[in-house]
Amino acid sequence: MNKDSGILNSYKSRDFFDEFFDKDEKPRKEVRPFIERLQELPIQELMNRQRAAEAAFLNSGITFTVQDGKKGIDRIFPFDIIPRIIERREWAFLERGLKQRIRALNEFLRDIYDSQKILKDRIIPREIVLSGKHFLKECVGLYPPQGIWCHVTGTDLVRHKDGTYYVLEDNLRCPSGVSYVLENRTVVKKAFPVFFRNYAIEPVENYPEELVTTLRYIAPNSCPNPTVVVLTPGIYNSAYFEHSFLAQRMGVQLVEGRDLTVQDGFVYMKTTRGLQRVDVIYRRIDDIYLDPRVFNKDSMLGVPGLMEVYRSGRVSLANAPGTGIADDKVIYKFVPEMIRYYLSEEPLLANVPTYLCYYEKEMEYVLQNLQKLVIKPANEAGGYGMLIGPASTAAERKKFAALIRKTPRNYLAQPTLSLSRVPTLIGRHCEGRHVDLRPYILYGREIYVMPGGLTRVALKRGSLVVNSSQGGGSKDTWILRREGIS
Amino acid sequence: MLSRVADSIYWMQRYRERAENIARLIDVNLFLSIDAPGEDDQQWPPILMTTRGHELYQKLYGKPTQAGVLEFLTFDERNPDSIINCVHRSRENARSSRDTITSEMWHELNLLYLFMQRTAAQPRKRIKSLFEFYSHIRRSCQLFTGIKDTTMSHNEAWHFGRIGNLLERADQSSRILDVKYFILLPSVDHVGTPYDDILWAALLKSVSGLETYRKIYHEIHHAHVVDFIISNREFPRSIHSCLWRARQSFGVLEPEFSSGGKAPAGHPVRRVQDLCVELETLTVYDIVKRGVHEFLDQIQCRIAEISNSIYDTYFAPLPGQEAPRDEVVAENPSGGVEPS
Repeated sequence: MNKDSGILNSYKSRDFFDEFFDKDEKPRKEVRPFIERLQELPIQELMNRQRAAEAAFLNSGITFTVQDGKKGIDRIFPFDIIPRIIERREWAFLERGLKQRIRALNEFLRDIYDSQKILKDRIIPREIVLSGKHFLKECVGLYPPQGIWCHVTGTDLVRHKDGTYYVLEDNLRCPSGVSYVLENRTVVKKAFPVFFRNYAIEPVENYPEELVTTLRYIAPNSCPNPTVVVLTPGIYNSAYFEHSFLAQRMGVQLVEGRDLTVQDGFVYMKTTRGLQRVDVIYRRIDDIYLDPRVFNKDSMLGVPGLMEVYRSGRVSLANAPGTGIADDKVIYKFVPEMIRYYLSEEPLLANVPTYLCYYEKEMEYVLQNLQKLVIKPANEAGGYGMLIGPASTAAERKKFAALIRKTPRNYLAQPTLSLSRVPTLIGRHCEGRHVDLRPYILYGREIYVMPGGLTRVALKRGSLVVNSSQGGGSKDTWILRREGIS
Repeated sequence: MLSRVADSIYWMQRYRERAENIARLIDVNLFLSIDAPGEDDQQWPPILMTTRGHELYQKLYGKPTQAGVLEFLTFDERNPDSIINCVHRSRENARSSRDTITSEMWHELNLLYLFMQRTAAQPRKRIKSLFEFYSHIRRSCQLFTGIKDTTMSHNEAWHFGRIGNLLERADQSSRILDVKYFILLPSVDHVGTPYDDILWAALLKSVSGLETYRKIYHEIHHAHVVDFIISNREFPRSIHSCLWRARQSFGVLEPEFSSGGKAPAGHPVRRVQDLCVELETLTVYDIVKRGVHEFLDQIQCRIAEISNSIYDTYFAPLPGQEAPRDEVVAENPSGGVEPS
């Protein structure tokens, strides 16, 4: 393998776990054919393909809108043409681990809104669960169709220095990004067509089909041919593209709250032919906006009376309202215990060691080690409200210490992980950039894990924050179907 | 289908058609201006009248000049009916019906939008050929129409879009004719001169009708032009043809009203039927006798009434769920209330 010429000739994996090269800077076996192909490409050619991909995103309107004064400007989500590659056996392990985790989390939700055995058996402190911001007392006693709560999950995984995968977050509410997985695949296929044909890569294109099957499966009992809709906050939502994309690919109607109405105990949509009944709602709005009669009174996005219909079993919601309690970052700490408790199995996927400020001892440890740890609020998404200890100032640490003392329940701390890296096209050459991985998991008749998922990449040098709101981009993720190239 | 989406598709098509018509008008006028006799820029005020922008133009720019009118009609975002605004609104409506239209339609409309945004951001002198530029807009609109007809199922949504398209076109054709007839004819300087023929020919050209007209009538005569643009049922941009095909689409949407049953008074189907019957029975001499301007004015009012009744019948939100008034206006500012 010639690393002296070509695009990766000056590439260094350095002190990180690199997905392409081992610690001796040798190409990993499963990635080698791709590296060889990449090395044959003139850098200009790779840059051209990158640009063509970006133009394709812009022209197809795979964009979000940012406000610049009075004008809305369309931006694409940053994208890198070099894929992340995962070997077959490694993926098989992740898939097993994810299925196990989702099963346990669903059991937890079923239990916590029913008999609360896990609290009675003192596996998780009662107070922690009941004080959770996303624990909905309105859902206690509910049994959603087929007993499924978390129909769509986007689990965040990271890979530490030693190559171990850790679960960073279980996103059980409205995880977004799956449309980018499908669109990334489309542009990357066009960028490396010959290579794609020879390098057996698991297809991801089946996701909308799997999703609509899942949604139909959870329809209220009396529905042989249910009407499924996707509920969006509207065209100004940053994930609107994804909502319309999924509706279009599933062949179902995309609706806004104002299209829906509750009458005679059912949910209907207003059509040109009058009212039409809706049976399953894949809702992409948060719990608190669902129904202004029950939750946020000022919500313009929701449907008055929806929760009542849901409670009476005449409409199904995915994900079920109330799932948010299971992706509370404090509850996260207990997922390995849930797996042991509900499934009598040992957890396959590692949890990041987590210190809960709720426990006095752990809080003391956290306060003494602020500089070493990442401090997270229990219920923020998008990487907001965090303190990254090693990169923090004394003033920031002081501020966080005060916040923690004020509401210990809302804070937790974890050691800083060193995210693995993948070569990424930066200007006219490739540099290592940190990545995470968000596979999408569907829970219907069976549990389906989309092969691959969204690889998010922190495009800023040295940055560990992969969120698109903070300078993150994405890459295509290849799961190899067999070893080597045919 | 969802009422909101039907509304969006209807307006997506109206605005797209409006953008195309403005581009056509400008294109023909630009060509005409190359060797037009008389004062410079004198053929631009009628265009402002046609597009209903003359008052706003006066306020913003003062005296009509070619450069001013082109800027105003093409890029000026203060002009609600500038091409850039029409394309933008058409795309916004497409965006909110993105799951219903096909990806290929969306892609083409988005390309036009990006083209307009890109060009608007550049200095105008970077536009190498104005003819190229306006024909690019026109072709992109035509391409969109072709993609729509060949990729989208000819279902309810398609028919609502088609009705929007045809009503807009009928309205535009009536305005083009009205302005020419009303504005230019009374200043009888050119009547009967070769230049007069050139202007009538330009009018026909701006609706892509000159070649067809020649095949039927051979010679230019203003009564024939009026007859052609109002009553010809075969020419796709004539008022009658547009309304006749809109009526066909209504026939698909409301089969019970087309097979013998009569739509109730005030129903859009009834309004379209009535207008078509009138256009079938009136001769050009009746129209001229009544006054061409008065007649066209009435046509425009009735098209607006049809549009309003479509909204009331099919698109109106549920009682108690109406969007705040200004929001509706922001989305489709000329929706329903067409100034006459």
